[in-house]
Amino acid sequence: MADISSNFLGIKSPNPFWLASAPPTDKMVNVLRAYEAGWGGVVWKTLGSQVKNVSSRYSSVDYGRHRMMGFNNIELISDRPLDINLKEIREVVRLFPDRAMIVSLMADNYREAWHELIMKCEDAGAMGFELNFGCPHGMTERGMGASVGQDPEIAKMVVEWVMEKATIPVITKLTPNVHSVVPTGRACVEAGTNGLSLINTIQSITGVDLDTLVPNPFVAGKSVYGGYCGPAVKPIALKMLTTIAQDPLTSGVPVSGIGGISSWKDAVEFMLLGATTVQVCTAAMNHGVRIVEDMCEGLSNWMDEKGYTKTTDFIGKSVQTITHWEDLDINYHHIAKINQDKCIHCGLCYIACEDTSHQAIDIQRGHPYNDYSVKDEECVGCNLCKLVCPVDDCITMEVHRVGPEYVNWKEYQKLGLPLNDH
Amino acid sequence: MSVKSNRLSAEEYLQNFEDIHPPFDSYDAAAIEANRCLFCYDAPCMKSCPTSIDIPKFIRQITTENLKGSAHTILSSNIMGAGCSKVCPVEKLCEGACVYNFLGETPIHIARLQRFSTEKAMENQWKLFERKKSNGHKVAVVGAGPAGLSCAHSLSREGIDVTVFEKESSGGGLMTYGIAAYKVTPEFCEDEVNYITSIGGIDIQYNKALGRDFSVSDLSEKYDAVFIGIGVGMARHLEIPGEHLEGVVDAIKFIYDIRTQEFSATPVGDKVAVIGMGMTAIDAATQAKRLGAQEVTIIYRRTQDEMPCTEHELNIAKLDGCHIVWLAAPKEIKGENGIVTQLVCDKMALGVPDSSGRRSPKPTGETFTIHVDMVIKATGQMPYEALISQNSLGHKNGKVTIGNDLKTSMKGVFAGGDCVNGGKEVVDAVQAGKDGAEAILKYLANLS
Repeated sequence: MADISSNFLGIKSPNPFWLASAPPTDKMVNVLRAYEAGWGGVVWKTLGSQVKNVSSRYSSVDYGRHRMMGFNNIELISDRPLDINLKEIREVVRLFPDRAMIVSLMADNYREAWHELIMKCEDAGAMGFELNFGCPHGMTERGMGASVGQDPEIAKMVVEWVMEKATIPVITKLTPNVHSVVPTGRACVEAGTNGLSLINTIQSITGVDLDTLVPNPFVAGKSVYGGYCGPAVKPIALKMLTTIAQDPLTSGVPVSGIGGISSWKDAVEFMLLGATTVQVCTAAMNHGVRIVEDMCEGLSNWMDEKGYTKTTDFIGKSVQTITHWEDLDINYHHIAKINQDKCIHCGLCYIACEDTSHQAIDIQRGHPYNDYSVKDEECVGCNLCKLVCPVDDCITMEVHRVGPEYVNWKEYQKLGLPLNDH
Repeated sequence: MSVKSNRLSAEEYLQNFEDIHPPFDSYDAAAIEANRCLFCYDAPCMKSCPTSIDIPKFIRQITTENLKGSAHTILSSNIMGAGCSKVCPVEKLCEGACVYNFLGETPIHIARLQRFSTEKAMENQWKLFERKKSNGHKVAVVGAGPAGLSCAHSLSREGIDVTVFEKESSGGGLMTYGIAAYKVTPEFCEDEVNYITSIGGIDIQYNKALGRDFSVSDLSEKYDAVFIGIGVGMARHLEIPGEHLEGVVDAIKFIYDIRTQEFSATPVGDKVAVIGMGMTAIDAATQAKRLGAQEVTIIYRRTQDEMPCTEHELNIAKLDGCHIVWLAAPKEIKGENGIVTQLVCDKMALGVPDSSGRRSPKPTGETFTIHVDMVIKATGQMPYEALISQNSLGHKNGKVTIGNDLKTSMKGVFAGGDCVNGGKEVVDAVQAGKDGAEAILKYLANLS
């Protein structure tokens, strides 16, 4: 059986699944439940500046009947007294010494505040820190959270303060509310951070209530931009993670991946694009901490199937497949093929292609069932029909190279090869 | 053994005749189902609906919480969409065509979803259709059944003043008088008729029967056009000895009685034989059982492969404990003192296909006898041949003859529904009424 344990900067955990700094890691009772369920570690909800939270705090984007495809919160960092948090952290570490205990920090914006918080947390038994430079709501109005992460210079300064004091590994959590996470990532690495984590939540409005006309979540007739997360943000997180994995400087530190991870498959994708561990919040808030059971089993089974014995066998393996558009092979061509035995005659491929793409699907009207087939010469291989088809493997993409040799756009132009004539 | 009424307690009747297809309890329940719909293009379900309801659209409108739009989508194609959601044999229409069947998955519960939206419309009395200003044309419709009401509604929308003549004291036709009580209640039928006529411009004259109170030519003189939607009449005769005996009843009459009086007032035998395997035969058999008959046997001269009812309907009968005898045809009904005691049947075998394409049954020479005290005839209904002849309407074996323009042999007189086709589904009649209205509008436009 595969070994799914993780070693992140020397912090060991029985699996790479950590609960992210968020409501599920705010209290000992939650964290103990998570550890009993099998989570490999937690990032304790952010400690630091004193706050008070409001009601309500969350809202979501549903799709069809699927709840919480996207999730949004306006909750601030831990609103409990620091002493209680530290006491509970100490107790949890005593009860579960084999799990990763990372503490998220967001001190007020001066060196001493950070130093004092670091000392207290190390004393309580923290195994590592995660610097919250990402929270995009509330704290930003005080010049904290994402306000720090959005400015590489400020981020660098704070990391330097932290590195002066910390004796345990420091992970800096990056905000996605920037055009690129790389500049801040680089600044933090230059300042000495031992690792990075990303992404934090994305500023958002999840929707407007069509009766009250007030956006969600509703707080006494008003709302505020919240932090967006959940499955909807996964593609954005994967992209940002990959940019960190590709940069020569930031790729030198380990990364903990975050953003819409709900299953072992999501986790594997993050790991393939460079994450050593992954952090989860929304999926646990949606279904409870029990989801970790399948995450562990699924990861282990997949690794066995693929012949990986430890996670480092595949971490980062897909990074090199992300290239520049201009380097893609223009001679690669594939076209759709509809398996008539599997087709259920729903017509979704036809109408999508006909109305919005390349009119490459032929229809034979019947009663009540129409038959559909691909016009090979019209198909550009866009995948749309395959994507809308409700039957797995009914539409497959078959490779029909235009030429045997690799030709990219730059060469294509140089060679003066023809553009599409339709 | 005897035929008697009042066999069960009030609670038992209530339980036996409660709604067989319970509705969705909540929007959430409907939305879960609605979200399974794939929203097919040129959807097979829609193409399998005689009224061509845009099913993917109305279901999508449920998912977007546009219930008013959903009801409008349904009712603009089928003004009896609420009733049809309860009585349509959807297994051989929309749901039977659902593409999920190819995946071996339960098809979308289209009828239940349709019921959800249309019941909301009726409950809330949503005014979904605007009648155009009266244009002075007057049209008479004979029969307030599905064909007549559908025709009347389509005409009224276009500003025609419509008078409907109905021989019964309520509208709805077969819906009200000829379908199992556990599918639709009389109250529902009345509500549906009222909802349809709430558009205005439709005056229903009840207890006015063609032939008794007026003739088609009377109407032709007073109205710009006439639509005949009188349906079909009583059950076909078996043409066998003993048919006159007491205890031999007509399925249509039997169901009519159940629908027009207390359940306890309709008499039923201890041992009942039902002849036929159409929807009406099933309705009669299951309701006989539900009225308290000890034994109900359905006799059909062909096999399950040829039966006209759906498998779903057959299963209702089986679950009600009805016996099914395939390949048997009534040969003689025997009685004592003028009262039925036995049914003698020929055992049949299938021969070569007949004009309907189904293999035709032939007697094998063997017979068997079952002891019964009631025989219900449900082998199809007979057109009102005499009535149609008296009114000088062209017909074939009693079925009114119409051309492609839906015109009968009389000028300005149109017809549609069961009286033309000999008896099909409610939904077919609704479409025939729509088609009739369209033909009448065209006719009126050429007049003026």
